[in-house]
Formats: sequence, C-alpha cells, structure tokens
Amino acid sequence: METVMSIIIGFFFAIGTYMILSKSLLRIILGTSVIGHAVNLLILTMGGLKTGGPPLLGLKSTSSFTDGLPQALILTAIVINFAVTGLFLVVAYRSYRVLGTDDMDQLRGNEDE
Amino acid sequence: MNNIIILPIIIPLIAGLVMVIFRKNVYAQRSIALLAILSTGLVAVLLAGQVKSDGIQVLQAGGWAAPYGISLVADMFAIILLIITAFVSFCCLFYAFYTIGNIREKNFFYPLFLFMISGVNGSFLTGDIFNLFVFFELMLISSYALITLGGERKQLRESIKYILINVMSSFFFLVAVAYLYAVTGTLNMAHLSVRVAEAGQGGLMTTIAILLLMVFSLKAGLVLFQWLPGSYSAPPTAVAAIFAALLTKVGIYAIFRMFTLIFYHQPEITHLLIGIMGAATMLLGAIGAVSKWDIKGILTYNVVVSVGLILAGLAAFTTGSITGSVFYLVHDINVKALIFLIGGTVIYLTGTSNLKEISGLIRTHPFLGWMFFIAALALAGIPPLSGFLGKVLITKGTFDAGEYWLGAIGLISSLLVLYSVMKIFMNVFWGETNLSEDMEKGTTRGIIVPITFLTAVIVFLGLGGESISSYIQLAAEGLMDPDLYIKAVLGE
Repeated sequence: METVMSIIIGFFFAIGTYMILSKSLLRIILGTSVIGHAVNLLILTMGGLKTGGPPLLGLKSTSSFTDGLPQALILTAIVINFAVTGLFLVVAYRSYRVLGTDDMDQLRGNEDE
Repeated sequence: MNNIIILPIIIPLIAGLVMVIFRKNVYAQRSIALLAILSTGLVAVLLAGQVKSDGIQVLQAGGWAAPYGISLVADMFAIILLIITAFVSFCCLFYAFYTIGNIREKNFFYPLFLFMISGVNGSFLTGDIFNLFVFFELMLISSYALITLGGERKQLRESIKYILINVMSSFFFLVAVAYLYAVTGTLNMAHLSVRVAEAGQGGLMTTIAILLLMVFSLKAGLVLFQWLPGSYSAPPTAVAAIFAALLTKVGIYAIFRMFTLIFYHQPEITHLLIGIMGAATMLLGAIGAVSKWDIKGILTYNVVVSVGLILAGLAAFTTGSITGSVFYLVHDINVKALIFLIGGTVIYLTGTSNLKEISGLIRTHPFLGWMFFIAALALAGIPPLSGFLGKVLITKGTFDAGEYWLGAIGLISSLLVLYSVMKIFMNVFWGETNLSEDMEKGTTRGIIVPITFLTAVIVFLGLGGESISSYIQLAAEGLMDPDLYIKAVLGE
C-alpha cells in the first residue's frame, strides 16, 4: 500500500510542479494547492498506514494501533494551506485588477517604476 | 514548568484580536500596540533573569509531559532574541505612527504587525518542530498581508513572488517534517536530538538535515536570496525595516537550532555545506550591494551579506565563533532596522530612491546624516561600534577551525559593505545641497526619535559589550551543549 501511495504522491508533485512552471497566475496557485495535497498524503504515508485498530482508549487492541499523530498534523496543515491559498487567490485577483495581467512574464517589473 | 513563557506569544496575539474591534479608533490601536510590545519586552527581561539564575525554563503546554505534548523552551539564545525583537519592533512601531498613513492604520496594520511579532516570538520559543512550522506560518501569513497592504502596483507585483516562494518552502518544510517523523518517530526537538544521537546520523538523516537547511535557507536568504531584494524594497519603510530586521533572522535562528541541537554529528558534511553557502551568500550579496545605485537596492543586499557572515560562525562551530554569531545576530537585527529606517526617511524626504538625484542632505539634516554614518561604520564592523566584537569573534573562530577561506571572504565582504554604505553617505549627505527645506516632501519631526533609540543601542552594544557578554556567553554555551537543553525539556 505504501508503494502505491508513494507513486500517487510523486504523480501529484509532478502535476503541481508542471502547473507552477506555467505562465498563468491562476494555474500557479492551483499548482501550489495540488502540491499541498501531495504533502498531506506524504505525511499520512510517512506515519505508517493502517497498522492496527483506531488509537482509542477502551478498544481491545492496546498493543497495536494506528498512529494518530500524522492526522493531527495534516489537519493543521490543511487549515493553514486553505488560508494561504485563499489569501493568494485574493492577492492574485487584486493584482489582476490593478496590474491588468496575470502573465508572469509581464510581472517582472522594470527599473523606472 | 514556568507559565510566563507563553506570554510573549499570547500578549501580541490577544492584543491584535482586541484591536480588530477598534478598527476606526487609530489612537486606541496605537496605544494597545505599544503596550503589548512593551509588556512582551518586560516579560522577556524577566525571563532572562530566571534563565540566568535557574537554567533553561520549560513550559509543557496543557501539562502533557514531553515528548507527548508541545514544549515551549526558553533558553538564553531565544530570550536574547526575544528582547531585541521587542525593542526593534517598538522602534518600528513608533516610526510607523508618523509615516504609515491613515488608510493603512484603519485597515488592520497594527493587528497584522502584532500577529507577525507573535509568530516571530513563537518561533523562538517553541521546542517542537511541527509547532515551529505553525509559528512560521503565522509570521508568514501576516507578512503576506503586510507586504500587500496598500495595494500599490509594485507591492502587488513583488508580493506574488514573495508568497509563491514562501508557500513552496513551507511545503518542503512539511516534507522534511514527514521524513523526520518517519525515521525518528518524534517531533519534539529535544527528543529528536536524543533519538538522532542514539541511532547515529547516517546518510538518510543527513539528507533530511540538508532538506531542512534548504527550507530555512529560503527563509533566511542564505544563497537562495533571489526573492529578497525585490520583496523587501516594495512595502513602506516601517514594514521593510521590520522585515529586514526580523524575518530573515527567524530563518537563521531555525538553522542554528537544527544544526546545534539535532544534526551536529556530521559537521564535515552539513557545517561545511553551511560554510560554503555562507561564503557564496557573502560574495554575491556584497557584489549586489556594490552594483546598485538606489538606496533600497543597496540596503536589501546588505541584509543578505550579514546572513552569510552569521552562518559562517555556525560553520566554524567553536564556542568562540558561536558567541560571535549570537553577538552579531543581536547587532544585526538592530542595525538593519536602523539603516532601513534612515534610508526610508531619506526617500520620504526627497521622494526618490536614486542616489544620483540626491545630494547634500547633511546641511538640512545633520543629525540624520551622522547617525547614518555611525550605522554605516557599525555595519562594516569598525570599533568601537557594535558590529566589531561579533565580527572579530566569528573571524577568529573560522581561523581557529582552520577554515581560513571563510574568514577571508568575511573580511573582504566587510570591505565591500563599507564601500556600498559609504556610497550612500557620500552621495546622499555630502555634496551640494539641491533640496531646500521647504521643497521636502515630509518632515523628520517625531520619526527621529526611534532612529535615535536604535543608534544609542548600537553605541551601547559597542562600548558596553562587556555588560551583556555574560548573557551572550551563556547563550553560546547552551547552543554548544545540547545536553542542557535535553535535560531541561525531558527531565531526568
């Protein structure tokens, strides 16, 4: 199972990288979002996939249970990623309105500004 | 257990939240902001006394013992940075009162500023690597908002690059955290240190260490600084000054923490790499600073040079050189804020950043001019000002460690730095006065106060360095001896 997950994560990273390298700002932001998902899956996989029962007190298998910590980490990471993506989209929209373009080539800037 | 450790994090956070209510009342916001920063400073001074007498102070959040809960750890290194952070942010806040403008003040400038300080303080105090990520994000998201606040063309253009590069580095931080968790099964820094020492720092560990180094290098501007000059010249002066003073230093702090506490077993790979990166940073930054002809360009490249020098001290990895690095870090936070505030004031007065269009300001603003001169000398490390002691200790450390090339590059870059700031001084303050007082676009009344504070501290750190050297020494010894940190956090 871990192998399949690793391949999926690699696939997500490839898509995200491809999108970040494009010129359109919206595609770049979507690319960061895809990489964000890849990272979350990576944390889940790195913590070890299902290795036993749920990590709850009172359930029988106290010796083997799945590690709950990665899920707490992912939850935090998702919230932060959500906030950053939202902010990034707003900044992108505003800069599209002000600068009149979403093409990264035209966002290089020039000296006389 | 010591509950006041949490205060430097939550005071700015709560104050910022309260301020959102008083959106239209600028005076209430100003006073709450000043009060919040002052009280974090006082708490930090109080903590410094406790750490000096009783050793490292620890708070296990929620009473969950380490390594299960999140630990907040106040060692001397963190405390020193907390104090200087409070001081510098106080000065920048003071400067902002006069220059930031009513529109920004009514659109949550002060809450965002305080949230950022909260993130910075949290990064210094946390003892958990995932928690470090969370505080980094708190700091970064506030800085994204601060850099775009105002919505000018240049701000928006540069902020897109700034946000993108930081979002990517945050993802790589998470990747490194995931790998670290897979290999060691813990995220508490003290526990990580124990586990890495037990298992030995093999190839896999060193790879993770280098991944973390890349992440923090992006934030600190070590070699990977190409985003920095653009982003730091876009926002208004008060914001640029606090960015230049603090944000890169948080990255430096994280590199120090990682490579003195956890990954110190293979200095011939990791610390050599840091040394090479530091040398490259110093050279590239100095060349950039020399080549520029506008004030903001020169100053932003100077931020980069000092990052390289501080990490050269880590690369040498002797107690002396680490002491030098800590001292230089304190000096640099101070002097970068000062020089950005003065540079910003010059731009504010003349309305241009181009050196060739400004001249002779010393006639109308002698006080400002001479303070810039003092700051420039301190930046280059001329005795008896504050940059000297740190630079000497770092250089001596690199020579002791046998890395003569590193020390030599540090000294050469100091000369180039001196040239670049003197270029500003000669062009801006010397020469024929081409701007009479009534043609100026603003006044220095009020904003000269924080600048004077910062200059006074530079002179004090230079002349009275002895009085704080016992604290700096304690910080450096704490960094060189991970067992102290581990014992304080894990008990036993």
